[in-house]
Amino acid sequence: MKAGEDMEKIITSKGLIYEYYTHNDKGEIESKHRALDELNLEIQKGQFVVILGHNGSGKSTLAKHMNAILHPTGGTLLIKGMDVKDQKNLWDIRQTAGMVFQNPDNQIIAAIVEEDVAFGPENLGIEPKEIRKRVDESINAVQMAEYMTHSPNLLSGGQKQRIAIAGVLAMKPECIILDEPTAMLDPVGRKEVLETIYRLNKKENITIIHITHYMEEAIKADRVVVMDRGKIVMDDTPRKIFSQVEKLKELGLDVPQVTELAFYMQKQGINISTEILTIEEMVDEIWQLNSRK
Amino acid sequence: MAIKFEKVTHVYSKGTPFEKIALNNINIHIKKGEFVGIIGHTGSGKSTLIQHFNGLLKPTEGTITVLGKKLNDKDTSLKEIRQKVGLVFQYPEHQLFEMTIFKDVAFGPQNMGLSKEEVEARVKEALDMVGIKEDMYEKSPFELSGGQKRRVAIAGVLAMKPEILVLDEPTAGLDPKGRDEILTQIQRLHKTLGITVILVSHSMEDIAKLVDRIIVMHKGKVALNGAPVSVFEHVEELEKMGLAAPQIMYIMKALKEKGLDVSTNILTVEEGAKEIASILKKQK
Repeated sequence: MKAGEDMEKIITSKGLIYEYYTHNDKGEIESKHRALDELNLEIQKGQFVVILGHNGSGKSTLAKHMNAILHPTGGTLLIKGMDVKDQKNLWDIRQTAGMVFQNPDNQIIAAIVEEDVAFGPENLGIEPKEIRKRVDESINAVQMAEYMTHSPNLLSGGQKQRIAIAGVLAMKPECIILDEPTAMLDPVGRKEVLETIYRLNKKENITIIHITHYMEEAIKADRVVVMDRGKIVMDDTPRKIFSQVEKLKELGLDVPQVTELAFYMQKQGINISTEILTIEEMVDEIWQLNSRK
Repeated sequence: MAIKFEKVTHVYSKGTPFEKIALNNINIHIKKGEFVGIIGHTGSGKSTLIQHFNGLLKPTEGTITVLGKKLNDKDTSLKEIRQKVGLVFQYPEHQLFEMTIFKDVAFGPQNMGLSKEEVEARVKEALDMVGIKEDMYEKSPFELSGGQKRRVAIAGVLAMKPEILVLDEPTAGLDPKGRDEILTQIQRLHKTLGITVILVSHSMEDIAKLVDRIIVMHKGKVALNGAPVSVFEHVEELEKMGLAAPQIMYIMKALKEKGLDVSTNILTVEEGAKEIASILKKQK
């Protein structure tokens, strides 16, 4: 990790706890669940962080805290120094850390694409000229310019998701949290969304926190955080994380196909590292193994 | 023959400025007992296509025959067709609504007017098939994990004893373990019950692992149709359509292009590892 102390922290979580109760028919408390269990996490500004974890590991609960949708039961969570527990920070937090959800149908509100994207900045009281500029830029960034004046409900799921991302972009956030934004997309739709968020990260220095079940999407991240039972159980570079094939499988996760191939080749008695992430690396590695014979 | 499409066209919002041809002169034959995968980018017409399988949508033109019955015949009971063609939509767990898992799965067979005993037997059988144990029956479906919820939703369709099971992206949003669970169950259902299974998916890896035949939809037409190995050979065409081949095929192809004598007819990582290992060992 780069020298942390000097860099601005966008997310600081200390001993973060979130508990909820289930009630029976009579409204009595039946059981208590701890979705976040004294979780510690720091994310520096400008990082691209992928969060992995099986369904129910607490990823989405954590994401909802970062956007002040949920409030901690215990511990603290600061977004750019602002405490999520303090109600007066609510709007500043949401403007700093924008959120994109899994299901685009729940995020689109206007009857025309450009109006939907303009909704955020309009609510911030921004000048019409500036709104127009932001809407155009945001829609171009997600490659949906040709649908500018279409009705969102005639778009496919993937197209809607890109509009939802544009809507967040138009707020000019410092950090975007994406909770499985690609779950419903086809391979190219997925690639476009990923290229968009990587570009936003590199060019605009927007911090990206990307939650996904597609291991391939984590390959180029700066950092991969793995959650289990409300805690962070692994936190490292993608290469170091994915080389631990068996540990990940125990956690109900997977590895990119390339790494899995290396893992199976080891089982076939081939001496190959599992720290391989891309097709090019794999082809080179096999080529070298072959020429050494 | 399970499903036959003859020159089927479907036009949305016909006669309005938003008119869109979703299916354009489609001809499809799906045999009984086949396991067919349907792939296509978002908006290619996949979902429109499968909603024709049980008469939820009616074709603008053309004829659809399902299990020997023409859907546009006045004598054809769509209710009967919908029992025989079980459709599992995207995110089927959003359709769970009952207080208990048992009641939720029982809803379909109860509506078929079956006896209490028959309903009970079917619910047990269906839940057993998706790996939900008896001690869970009285739990609320909303207490379950994502993968479990989805399996309960699938059981609700299986309890109708469909002859054709259609699943629209059954693994979207599930973690890898949940995904593998669902796919293993689907594969088992196909093998043990011998029913026709049609799987719509964006995961080329899943499709490659499971199906006998792939139908590729593009712009409302059938662009490719054949065995996985032969469909995935058309990598460039697939990419132009917003799709891809499974990653392992790219690796095998790249190795071949570099001059390593490997087979490129490889669909799964396990097969690939064996193939590469055998080549590396051979030259020792």
